[in-house]
Amino acid sequence: MIGGLFIYNHKGEVLISRVYRDDIGRNAVDAFRVNVIHARQQVRSPVTNIARTSFFHVKRSNIWLAAVTKQNVNAAMVFEFLYKMCDVMAAYFGKISEENIKNNFVLIYELLDEILDFGYPQNSETGALKTFITQQGIKSQTKEEQSQITSQVTGQIGWRREGIKYRRNELFLDVLESVNLLMSPQGQVLSAHVSGRVVMKSYLSGMPECKFGMNDKIVIEKQGKGTADETSKRCLRQESCGKQSIAIDDCTFHQCVRLSKFDSERSISFIPPDGEFELMRYRTTKDIILPFRVIPLVREVGRTKLEVKVVIKSNFKPSLLAQKIEVRIPTPLNTSGVQVICMKGKAKYKASENAIVWKIKRMAGMKESQISAEIELLPTNDKKKWARPPISMNFEVPFAPSGLKVRYLKVFEPKLNYSDHDVIKWVRYIGRSGIYETRC
Amino acid sequence: MTDSKYFTTTKKGEIFELKAELNSDKKEKKKEAVKKVIASMTVGKDVSALFPDVVNCMQTDNLELKKLVYLYLMNYAKSQPDMAIMAVNTFVKDCEDPNPLIRALAVRTMGCIRVDKITEYLCEPLRKCLKDEDPYVRKTAAVCVAKLHDINAQLVEDQGFLDTLKDLISDSNPMVVANAVAALSEIAESHPSSNLLDLNPQSINKLLTALNECTEWGQIFILDCLANYMPKDDREAQSICERVTPRLSHANSAVVLSAVKVLMKFMEMLSKDLDYYGTLLKKLAPPLVTLLSAEPELQYVALRNINLIVQKRPEILKHEMKVFFVKYNDPIYVKLEKLDIMIRLASQANIAQVLAELKEYATEVDVDFVRKAVRAIGRCAIKVEQSAERCVSTLLDLIQTKVNYVVQEAIVVIKDIFRKYPNKYESVIATLCENLDSLDEPEARAAMIWIVGEYAERIDNADELLESFLEGFHDESTQVQLQLLTAIVKLFLKKPTETQELVQQVLSLATQDSDNPDLRDRGYIYWRLLSTDPVAAKEVVLAEKPLISEETDLIEPTLLDELICYIGTLASVYHKPPSAFVEGGRGVVHKSLPPRTASSESAESPETAPTGAPPGEQPDVIPAQGDLLGDLLNLDLGPPVSGPPLATSSVQMGAVDLLGGGLDSLMGDEPEGIGGTNFVAPPTAAVPANLGAPIGSGLSDLFDLTSGVGTLSGSYVAPKAVWLPAMKAKGLEISGTFTRQVGSISMDLQLTNKALQVMTDFAIQFNRNSFGLAPAAPLQVHAPLSPNQTVEISLPLSTVGSVMKMEPLNNLQVAVKNNIDVFYFSTLYPLHILFVEDGKMDRQMFLATWKDIPNENEAQFQIRDCPLNAEAASSKLQSSNIFTVAKRNVEGQDMLYQSLKLTNGIWVLAELRIQPGNPSCTDLELSLKCRAPEVSQHVYQAYETILKN
Repeated sequence: MIGGLFIYNHKGEVLISRVYRDDIGRNAVDAFRVNVIHARQQVRSPVTNIARTSFFHVKRSNIWLAAVTKQNVNAAMVFEFLYKMCDVMAAYFGKISEENIKNNFVLIYELLDEILDFGYPQNSETGALKTFITQQGIKSQTKEEQSQITSQVTGQIGWRREGIKYRRNELFLDVLESVNLLMSPQGQVLSAHVSGRVVMKSYLSGMPECKFGMNDKIVIEKQGKGTADETSKRCLRQESCGKQSIAIDDCTFHQCVRLSKFDSERSISFIPPDGEFELMRYRTTKDIILPFRVIPLVREVGRTKLEVKVVIKSNFKPSLLAQKIEVRIPTPLNTSGVQVICMKGKAKYKASENAIVWKIKRMAGMKESQISAEIELLPTNDKKKWARPPISMNFEVPFAPSGLKVRYLKVFEPKLNYSDHDVIKWVRYIGRSGIYETRC
Repeated sequence: MTDSKYFTTTKKGEIFELKAELNSDKKEKKKEAVKKVIASMTVGKDVSALFPDVVNCMQTDNLELKKLVYLYLMNYAKSQPDMAIMAVNTFVKDCEDPNPLIRALAVRTMGCIRVDKITEYLCEPLRKCLKDEDPYVRKTAAVCVAKLHDINAQLVEDQGFLDTLKDLISDSNPMVVANAVAALSEIAESHPSSNLLDLNPQSINKLLTALNECTEWGQIFILDCLANYMPKDDREAQSICERVTPRLSHANSAVVLSAVKVLMKFMEMLSKDLDYYGTLLKKLAPPLVTLLSAEPELQYVALRNINLIVQKRPEILKHEMKVFFVKYNDPIYVKLEKLDIMIRLASQANIAQVLAELKEYATEVDVDFVRKAVRAIGRCAIKVEQSAERCVSTLLDLIQTKVNYVVQEAIVVIKDIFRKYPNKYESVIATLCENLDSLDEPEARAAMIWIVGEYAERIDNADELLESFLEGFHDESTQVQLQLLTAIVKLFLKKPTETQELVQQVLSLATQDSDNPDLRDRGYIYWRLLSTDPVAAKEVVLAEKPLISEETDLIEPTLLDELICYIGTLASVYHKPPSAFVEGGRGVVHKSLPPRTASSESAESPETAPTGAPPGEQPDVIPAQGDLLGDLLNLDLGPPVSGPPLATSSVQMGAVDLLGGGLDSLMGDEPEGIGGTNFVAPPTAAVPANLGAPIGSGLSDLFDLTSGVGTLSGSYVAPKAVWLPAMKAKGLEISGTFTRQVGSISMDLQLTNKALQVMTDFAIQFNRNSFGLAPAAPLQVHAPLSPNQTVEISLPLSTVGSVMKMEPLNNLQVAVKNNIDVFYFSTLYPLHILFVEDGKMDRQMFLATWKDIPNENEAQFQIRDCPLNAEAASSKLQSSNIFTVAKRNVEGQDMLYQSLKLTNGIWVLAELRIQPGNPSCTDLELSLKCRAPEVSQHVYQAYETILKN
């Protein structure tokens, strides 16, 4: 199991050091600093073995978090734990920075004592932790409160406490997708996938039982096997929606979702944590709507000049508007000057980033825009050819490129007197660019 | 208020000030002071001097302050054990606190204080906490048992904590169950033999139920524990798999990987015809692909595991090539791993896409990545024959870029392509030769030289090219020197007239001016070959090379199976078994996949961690290789060879003898001149004993004893036992037995190649042993041993080797070498192979000797359950050279007086008492007398084996 946990600043100074196992000596702290943080080379692996001691590290801004062990631990678990720890710290004091860590070191030690016992990760849901790690000293808790805390921390529903009350029961669903693309210069899709998340913010009283439904192909087809009557009705409805069901390659769920039920019936049912959480993640690769197409044209004119022309085309309903569009066109390292002409938006050559950055605030669907640039090059005797990194793109569109649609989210709370109809529900779709690249 | 100010105080007299503050009356001030102490502790300052003052702050109702004091205690208690006792009272009191959070905190902290005296006080509170009404206290106490076990294992056992911990597996609270499972699994790892976890269908059922209810971490503990279980049949395996598959949709990647581990392992037991098997395979792919959208560090762990899974079951991910395409901003470690998997998945169906990608990667910035990409193109050419042509032209394009390391890497892989497809792509040689000057890495130089030598007849200026390399011969690395030597010899054999000088030059450089033994040996062999029999030389040097295999970098199958059992863990990240990086006995239990069963009804209860070796006879594998290695290096290789080898003829060691003799006769022949060249035999030559594979092969028939002799008559032959499991010898499995037939002893070996590559160049050597056993001939394996092939060999043994007394007496330590490595094992030989044919003593002599040997040398044994009469026993023993001298009948008992002689001349006298008339008593009594009483035990064993078979 995890033998110890260290947090360093960018200089390699220790901010937090907590050792759980006897086999980890004080020199382990220095070994990591010397061999990894101060190493001259770029980090070649997130797992490092130094003298039979293994170090796992992750970096958040310029803070290093390292877990150390001498055993054959579950490596995936260690990284998951480190990420979880970052989440917990962020939930308590915001951004993970040297200042925040120094300001909260007592709290961090208290948390580390609670969420990692002898190197075994324990309940690390912030919802539960915040009920008893408060930094307020000991509150005069009543006996009931105490046993409520312990049963929540150890219980089946460790992520939600009882007795939550809202005057207005409300929930927000965000379908956040990032669409990834790698396209060849000729316009051939080399790989494309959407990785999506359904984030839920729930402000619901009691212990509500929720059921979430979407246009998952497997579910729709299963239901389609019902009566012929129903089927025809559904067909009609789907046709009016335009897009039919979608094929989900794979999905994973927050720990509140009953996985065995999903496995047997493919229904998504759960008791949500209070506040914001990520209900599910999913991935699709079929029938993706690619919101933009990038058409590059690069011409080398002699040894000292490069002509670049890039056309972007938007490919969605004209009534919708894409926002925050940014096209990044890489330039060679020996660029001496750039002239840019674009019809829409603003374009600038950023020497520090070796790229031309072209920004457009808004763009409607089914439109086209282009930029052309002349790049002057300094003559070099560098033999190595310029690697021509791909042209990348950022944008945000108000629909889900995978085609996912929320069909329902039903809420049942048998003990309290509010029904599914009383809950106010909001659904929002946002499609963002992930790694959206076109080679040139 | 912020806490960061505590990090900044670094003035003198700080400790003194802190002391005062700690003893302050004001609560706030106290707390501030403790915070400062903790901050100093974190940055590595020694604040142990404040121990009593800090401990004084422990008695407080402020939970935050209490936790800080506890933190201090955990750090410094070990350095101040006496002072730490001061804290015990507070702990014991806290364990009784009405607040469960405080009870848990106390028991949690106490377990972290590694001071013996405190541990004693811990037992009672711990016992109470294990049965506490509050689940939070119980789950903390469960982990505390593991802590205590780490400090004092005996104490935990004596106090019966392990049983209480086992009971917690049936606890109503899932988190208590999970922590108990985690604690027990860790304790069980340090006691591999104990049956602590005692997994049976009932307990498995409990775990599977808890799996649905506990936290993500608890699910990991339970799944990792489940993976150690061995279902009794395929039905049970399937039902566990069905209940584990829902975990594949968990958001936590570690839960997913642990579930994959359980499924991969139990899948071994399912029949491939089963519908469920196919369904399971399909279910595994999507979650594995999803892991690649996790954070980069987890992607890395996932990719290392996918690498194993793809090797074990390629069918799972064969359609998922695209997801492994490298993204421009992937971290380098993710890029390199993805590349590895891409090559593994490359097939005819997707090769076009893969090649396009690889070509793209070859223009990236990171040198390592680019090299690997270029190498990958070569591997594709070798793996997918249809793509070879395109790969070669891609490589040529890359060479045109003139980027130094790209060119070098390309040449290295083109060499491999030439080996795979001989005489197909020679047209590119010209292009390669243009880049000769830019090669500065040994591997690339060696590859280029190999190409020039191999295709010398088609390269007009081959001699010039090679000569240019020869100028700096001594500055080259060994790899290049060896290659250059071979290439020039090849050139000479192809164009003898023009290159005599060159070859003389390289031979003398290699043999006289070099102090590298490998180079020298190779030089001598070539020299001698050329000087004695150029035709043979041509056959040897220009022999057709075996085609290189498609997959050269696969993990050896036995290791792969073991690593599959460790999916998700560090072992799977390092691709090494835990014993390679974990210290001490922890976690080095060898794991293996369950055997495939076809609905077997066997009622055997399998162990938690089954061992890979078959049960029953297993040779003692020598524990410490170091010692033996030293010993083997001191082996007497016969008398030291001095002077020219022509003189060495009467030597004991078969290998030397053969080589010497073989060369002797070869050299006697008239050298068939090539253009009348006269070679002078090298002046001094120390010929290595075991290198003569190609030379000795002509004589191999002589020693081919395997066929023919068989088991005509002769002493009892034990069935073959595995001496060297494939696990320990990189895929070579050796089993064998000893036989004695008409006066000659031999070792019957069965070599099985369980690796993926061809094995050649076998040789065998014994360490010195009690009876001077030594091979009488070299180990003759005619053809290279291809994967999954088995050969049977009979190795004649002599007893004239050097003698050293072994413990046990009949221990034989053996070294076997092949082209891969040298392996060591030891085995026990039955003593009766040493009983000689003329071991019959005459009666008078027997009597006299019996009296002469002192009584204390007599040893008595019983051979149980052996219902034989005197005649039967006598004839059985006689066939193994134990001779009956006389027979008497005393009071209804048959007495046999017997004698035998060992190869080293030791006589053993025996008296065997048989009670034929008494069916209830089938035991035989054996008395042995011998001047060397230490052999008696082994002679008795020989008796027993012979009589019972």
